[in-house]
Amino acid sequence: MSEPRVVVTGMGWVTSLGHTVDGVWKRLMNSESGMAPITHFKAATFPTSFAAEVKADFDYRTFLNDPKVHATTALNAQFALGAARQAWNQAGFHTHPPKDPRRVGLYLGAGEGVLDFDNYAGALISAWDATTQKVDGVRWAKAALARLEALKEIEQEPNMSLAHLAREFGIRGPASNCLTACAASTQAIGEAFSMIRRGDADIMMSGGTHTMIHPLGVTGFNRLTALSTFKGDPTLASRPFCMSRDGFVMGEGSGMVILEKLEHALARGATPLAEVIGYGSSADAFRITDIQPEGRGAAAAINAALQQAQIDPAAVGPDGRPLIHYISAHGTGTKENDSIETRAVKVVFGERAKHIPMSSIKSMMGHLIAAAGAVEFMTCILAIQHGMLPPTRNHHDPDPALDLDYVPNVARKCAVDTCISNSFGFGGQNDTLVVTRYKNS
Amino acid sequence: MPQKRRVVITGIGTTSAVGVGMESLWKALLSGQSGAKLCHTFDMSGFSCPFVAQLAADQLDIKQFVPKSYRKATKVMARDIELAVAAAHEAVNDAGLITKSHEAADGKVSMPATQMGCQIGAGSIAAEENELTVAFASSQTADGEIDLGAWGSSGMQNITPLWMLKYLPNMLASHVSIIHDCQGPSNTITCGEASALLSIGESMRVIGRAAADCCLSGGVESKVNLMGVLRQLYSKRLATASLSDDPSSIIRPFHPSATGGMAGEGGAILVLEELESARARGAKIQVELAGFGASQSFCQDTVGIGAEVDGAGNAQAIETALHEAGVQPADVDAIVPFGCGVPDIDASEAAALRKVFGERVSKIPLITISTATGNCGAGFGGVAASVAVQCLRAQKLPARIQGGKAGESVGGVDGASIGARDAVLNTIVVSTTSLGGQNAAIVLRRIS
Repeated sequence: MSEPRVVVTGMGWVTSLGHTVDGVWKRLMNSESGMAPITHFKAATFPTSFAAEVKADFDYRTFLNDPKVHATTALNAQFALGAARQAWNQAGFHTHPPKDPRRVGLYLGAGEGVLDFDNYAGALISAWDATTQKVDGVRWAKAALARLEALKEIEQEPNMSLAHLAREFGIRGPASNCLTACAASTQAIGEAFSMIRRGDADIMMSGGTHTMIHPLGVTGFNRLTALSTFKGDPTLASRPFCMSRDGFVMGEGSGMVILEKLEHALARGATPLAEVIGYGSSADAFRITDIQPEGRGAAAAINAALQQAQIDPAAVGPDGRPLIHYISAHGTGTKENDSIETRAVKVVFGERAKHIPMSSIKSMMGHLIAAAGAVEFMTCILAIQHGMLPPTRNHHDPDPALDLDYVPNVARKCAVDTCISNSFGFGGQNDTLVVTRYKNS
Repeated sequence: MPQKRRVVITGIGTTSAVGVGMESLWKALLSGQSGAKLCHTFDMSGFSCPFVAQLAADQLDIKQFVPKSYRKATKVMARDIELAVAAAHEAVNDAGLITKSHEAADGKVSMPATQMGCQIGAGSIAAEENELTVAFASSQTADGEIDLGAWGSSGMQNITPLWMLKYLPNMLASHVSIIHDCQGPSNTITCGEASALLSIGESMRVIGRAAADCCLSGGVESKVNLMGVLRQLYSKRLATASLSDDPSSIIRPFHPSATGGMAGEGGAILVLEELESARARGAKIQVELAGFGASQSFCQDTVGIGAEVDGAGNAQAIETALHEAGVQPADVDAIVPFGCGVPDIDASEAAALRKVFGERVSKIPLITISTATGNCGAGFGGVAASVAVQCLRAQKLPARIQGGKAGESVGGVDGASIGARDAVLNTIVVSTTSLGGQNAAIVLRRIS
C-alpha cells in the first residue's frame, strides 16, 4: 500500500496587509507594502524604527467561539487564533467538526512570546548591585513578584499557541511546536505532512505565528546588523535581490493551514486546495554566524524535497518549462541570504534556474520569522489557484550578480501547477516544501 | 512494501545536577543521592523554594567538550547550549561513533554527514541576567526605569553584537550539528517538559522514513536562573521550603505530602540509529526504540498550569506508543514518569497510568528521577529516556528516595522509597507531560 496523499483543505493568515486570504492576496498582487513606523513601542531612536506590523483593526476575539478562555492570550497566540479560525472554517469544520479529535494533530512553528519589557528591565535594574556587578537574587525576586504578572509570563512560553489552538478547536492528537528560527513553520508543515503520510493523524493544523517587533527583538537583530536601516519611506526599505539591499524588515503575524489525508477529505466532501508532495530538511552544519557559502544546506533541502516529490530538476514539461513553475523565495533582503539562495537554486536547477520565476513576498509583508514559511507556502497555493505570481517589490536596482527571474515589481500572469517554498533559519536549519495543483488521479 | 526501518539507541549522554555523563547520574540514582542544593549563581531565597538542582560550579568546563578548533565558539553559548554540547559529546562517545569532532580521526567518520540528523528539544533560553542588566543600567531614567530612547540610541551598543545568537532555542541543535557535522534533518522542538520525548519520537520518524540513518536526539534546558525559577513558581510547580530544610527532602515524587518541585538544569542527547546501519558499523546494540506516541491534553485553564485531572491525554500517548511497539500493558516491566512532585501533576500521571495499566499499576516499578534532576524542562524526557536505557543495559532498578512508605503513594502507584535492586527488565515505558498540555511517551525494549 502506498503512503496516503496529503492535501490542504483550509488556510488563513493574519499579516500587516490584512487578515483575510483574499484581501491580503489582492494587496500582494498590487505590490503593496505593510511597512510603517513601529507603534508597539517607542522605537524612534533605534537603528531600525519601522516594521510591518499587524494593524489595529485586527481583533482576535472576533474569531473565537469563547473569547473568555483566551482572555490572557499574548500576541503570538492571538495571531494564530485569527489565522487558524479562517483555515478551520474554510475546511468546513465549523459546521461539521472532525469526528475523532484524537486523529486531529497540531504542528506549529510558533515563536516565543513578547517579554513584558519595561517591567522585566525595571526589575533587573532595581536589583543591580553596582559594587559586585551582579543582579541581587533576593532583590530581583521581590521586584519581579511585584511587577511581573504570572499569566503574562506563562503566556510567553513558546508552546502557548499550541495550548490556545487546542483549546479553541478541541484538538487532542499529537501536538508539537518547533522553533528553528526563520525556517520554523516550513518545517512544521513538513513534519505535519509527514505525520499524515505515516498515519499518525488524519488532519493536522499547521503553520506558524510570531512577532519579534519588541525592544529586545529589534535590539538583537540590529546588533547582528541583519535589519535594514533604510532612511526614508519604510515601504521602500525591503529590497530583496537588489544591489542596495541592506537587510530584512521585520513583519509579524501568522499563517495557518489544514492538512488532511486525501481520502479523509474526499470522504467528507471537502475541496482540496492543493496537494503537498515533498518536504526536505537539512542543516548547514557550518557556522553559527554565516550561511555555508556554496548554499550546500539550502540545496540539500531543496533536493530532498524534490526527490520525495519525484521531480527531476533538470527535466522540462510538455510546455517546455521546468517542472517547478514558481519558487517562493526565503528572500530576506540581506546581502548573504539573497546571493546564497540564488546560488543554491542554480546548484539544484542548473540551466533551468533562470526559467523559474522566484519572488519574495517579504518585500511586501516583511519577515514573519517563525511564521514566514507558512505565509509563503500559502502564497504558493494562491499562485496555483489564481494563475498569478506575486512580485518582488522595490526591485529597482537589480544586483548584477543575481541573475534569476525575481518577478520584479509587478505581479505576473502565469499558469502554475507546482511550486516550492524555501525557508532558511539563522543557525543553519533549512526547509523546503513542494506543493502542486490537486488532480483527481 | 519496504521493510520497516527499526530504530535502536546506541548512545546516551546526560547532564544533570549530579554531574556530566551517565556514570555520575547512575551512581547517584543507585545510591539515592539528591541533586538539590543551594544555588551558587543567585540567592534564590526570595522565592518559595531556595533550592535548585544545579551542577556544582566546577563540574562543567565547556572547553573540554568541544574540539580545539571550536573553542572560540563557546563564547556564544548560553548555559543551555553548553549543557547540550556536553551531553552530545558524552552520547557520541558512548555510542562509539566517530564524528567530525574527533579531529585526530582526520575525517574518517562513522557516518556520512548527510545521514546524520539532529533533533534537540529546547526551552526559552533565559538571557544572562548580569550581562543584560549592566547594559540596561546604562540606559536608566532618574527613577530607575529603562529609558527606551537612550537604549535605542546608545544603550544597546553595550551588548555584544552576537548577543541574540546565544539565546535562540535552535542554537542547541545548531552547535551540536556543527561540532558533529550533522547535515541531515534538523529540528528544535519547544514543548516544555515534553520537548525531549517529542524530539526522540521525531528522530525515530526521520530515521523511519529514511531521511537519515543516525540522529543525535533529546533535549536540554536550564531553568536555574531567575526567570526560570519565577516561572516555576508562577506555573505552580515550585515547592515550599525554607533554608533550614534538608534540600534532599524537598522533591517527593508521588508522596502524599509533596509540595512541588524545583528548577533544574540539564538533559540528554541520545544516539538513535537505524538497526542495520548500526549493525554494519559494529555498534553495541542493546536497546530498541520500539514505539512512540504523542497527544494533547484538555486544559481546563487553557494554558495547562493545572494538570488534566483524569490523565486522558497522557494515557492516550502511552497507549499509542505501546500499540506501535506491539506491547501489551501486561508486558511492561517499569515506567519512568515525569514524577515531578507537584501534587496535581503526580495525581494526573497516576490516573493516566491506572487507565493504561489497570490494577497492575501498584506493582509496576516507577523510576523516579526528579529527586536527582529537578525540573530541567525540555531536558527532562531525555534524561528519563537515558535512565531507562541504562536500566535495560544494567538490568537494575535505581533507588527511589522521598517516596514515602509502601502503599501510600499518590493514586496507588508503586512509588515508595526503596533501594536499588537487580531486576529482569525487557520493556520500559517513558512518558512526560508538559505545561501547555503536550504529552509524549516512548517504549524501549531490550534486544540481544
